[in-house]
Amino acid sequence: MNLLSLLGAMEGAVAQGTIWGIMAVGVFLTYKILDFADLTVDGSLCTGGSVAVMLMLSGVNPSVALLCAFGAGLLAGLVTGLFHTALGIPPILSGILTQLALYSVNIRIMGKSNQAISVDKYDLIVSSRFLSENPVTLFVTLGLFVVVLVGLLYWFFGTEVGNSIRATGDNLNMARAQGINTGFQKVLCLMLSNGMVALAGGLLAQYQGNSDINMGRGAIVIGLAAVIIGDVLFSWVFRNFALRLLGVVFGAMIYYIVITIVLQLGLETTDLKLLTALVVALFLSVPYLKGKIRKPVVKGGDFRA
Amino acid sequence: MLEVKDAIKIFNPGTVNEKVALNGVNLALKEGEFVTVIGGNGAGKSTLLNAVAGVFPIDGGSIVIDETDVTRLPEYRRATYVGRVFQDPMMGTAGNMGIEENLALAYRRGQRRGLKWGISGKERERYKSLLESLDLGLERRLTSKVGLLSGGQRQALTLLMATLQKPKLLLLDEHTAALDPKTAAKVLELSDRIVEEYNLTTMMVTHNMRDAIAHGSRLIMMYEGRIVIDISGENKKKLTVEELLEQFSKVSGSNEADDKLLLS
Repeated sequence: MNLLSLLGAMEGAVAQGTIWGIMAVGVFLTYKILDFADLTVDGSLCTGGSVAVMLMLSGVNPSVALLCAFGAGLLAGLVTGLFHTALGIPPILSGILTQLALYSVNIRIMGKSNQAISVDKYDLIVSSRFLSENPVTLFVTLGLFVVVLVGLLYWFFGTEVGNSIRATGDNLNMARAQGINTGFQKVLCLMLSNGMVALAGGLLAQYQGNSDINMGRGAIVIGLAAVIIGDVLFSWVFRNFALRLLGVVFGAMIYYIVITIVLQLGLETTDLKLLTALVVALFLSVPYLKGKIRKPVVKGGDFRA
Repeated sequence: MLEVKDAIKIFNPGTVNEKVALNGVNLALKEGEFVTVIGGNGAGKSTLLNAVAGVFPIDGGSIVIDETDVTRLPEYRRATYVGRVFQDPMMGTAGNMGIEENLALAYRRGQRRGLKWGISGKERERYKSLLESLDLGLERRLTSKVGLLSGGQRQALTLLMATLQKPKLLLLDEHTAALDPKTAAKVLELSDRIVEEYNLTTMMVTHNMRDAIAHGSRLIMMYEGRIVIDISGENKKKLTVEELLEQFSKVSGSNEADDKLLLS
């Protein structure tokens, strides 16, 4: 293994990890806060990328295009949310249905299965080209995105509406008994989550210079990997909500750094999905296996405890 | 304050598991009335409470709370009028959220939730003094996760949450059944105190005949989805377990349920 080329690749890993980190924050909102494994993201990531690229190709300002990508994600989340709340379809299936439908939608948006966007002709916000040209700008830009988004989410989940979403994810019965319209909160959270994912898709498409129908395949698993890595590594120091979100972004970075190392060791890119799936399966099973091994602890039920 | 008219609820209609849980229930509660509800398993006690709370729609009849017909209102909208404490201590609170966050959620029951900050400093002071009145030391643990509390503490907190915005109707669904006897007695005592302090119209389901007799101003007993005994006033004060059992076997035409009621 060539150490120098590894170090060179590291910068790319961190940049990519940051973008996927924003996506993973979206996954965190549904998976951790709402307790809803939302598979829509595999489709909405590409929707975000496609919308951003097509708009920029037709001359729209890249920032506006990103905002529209976010909006497209909101719509995707709305569909999944309505499948689940208005039509009573189970969470996983609701997500799968939207994800499947988005395949057709994404092809319609792009007109074909991929669309390139050249950093030479367009004034992109982020691009892998910047890694060699002006890496500082690239990392500052990405850092700003993370800080602003995390800041906004921290504020939102501290508000009355945000607290209602958290209560909905924590205890449906309690939320309803306290007068919270749980269906509405679920839809809202799914929209917000997919908005974040689509925004990340828009950034990713700019970064890699194209939007591709397969760019979101397995996104949910990568998102989960980031959420879990963030949780395992940082949850003991990062208690605060904003820090927990940052932990997720760091989780995604670490995921990409590990992937980069593994690739340098000679694995094919196509092997990565298998590897990711195994790692996520391992981490997801830890709490269950731990519970089986440990003897149940008798907790004191003392009223004054 | 509450008027239930000809309430009918049938679970699994048209199947072998069909169960008529409410078979034409009529009940009117005056403001400030505290009724205890007893009955054997499957008599329809909890179903009645859940029907009033709007957990499911009823199949016939109507429910009016303080002159508002709530028959068709979803659960979350009825919450404007109704405070609830459940049998399962886990059910009434959000375990992953802090004590003050739970209180803040309850404080906004029946009000619009917007983009204002979820909890204000002024509220926090109020919560502190309210928690102090529980005498459980919770006022020093405002930001602790509710999941860390014991069952009794959670029920006491849920009780506080149910009454933080004065409800038109307080529904207590066997809220001490999951607690040990000593804790149960404390929570019951607290319930009495709160009901009295705010003069709350209250329905309390219980399995325990003695509790049903000792608490409240009125007692109803359910049997096969109907209210079969309704005692209030002086008669309620003089009531004994033996008398109640005797009345029950007269109404139900058997005494097989006696043991079940007494023992459970």
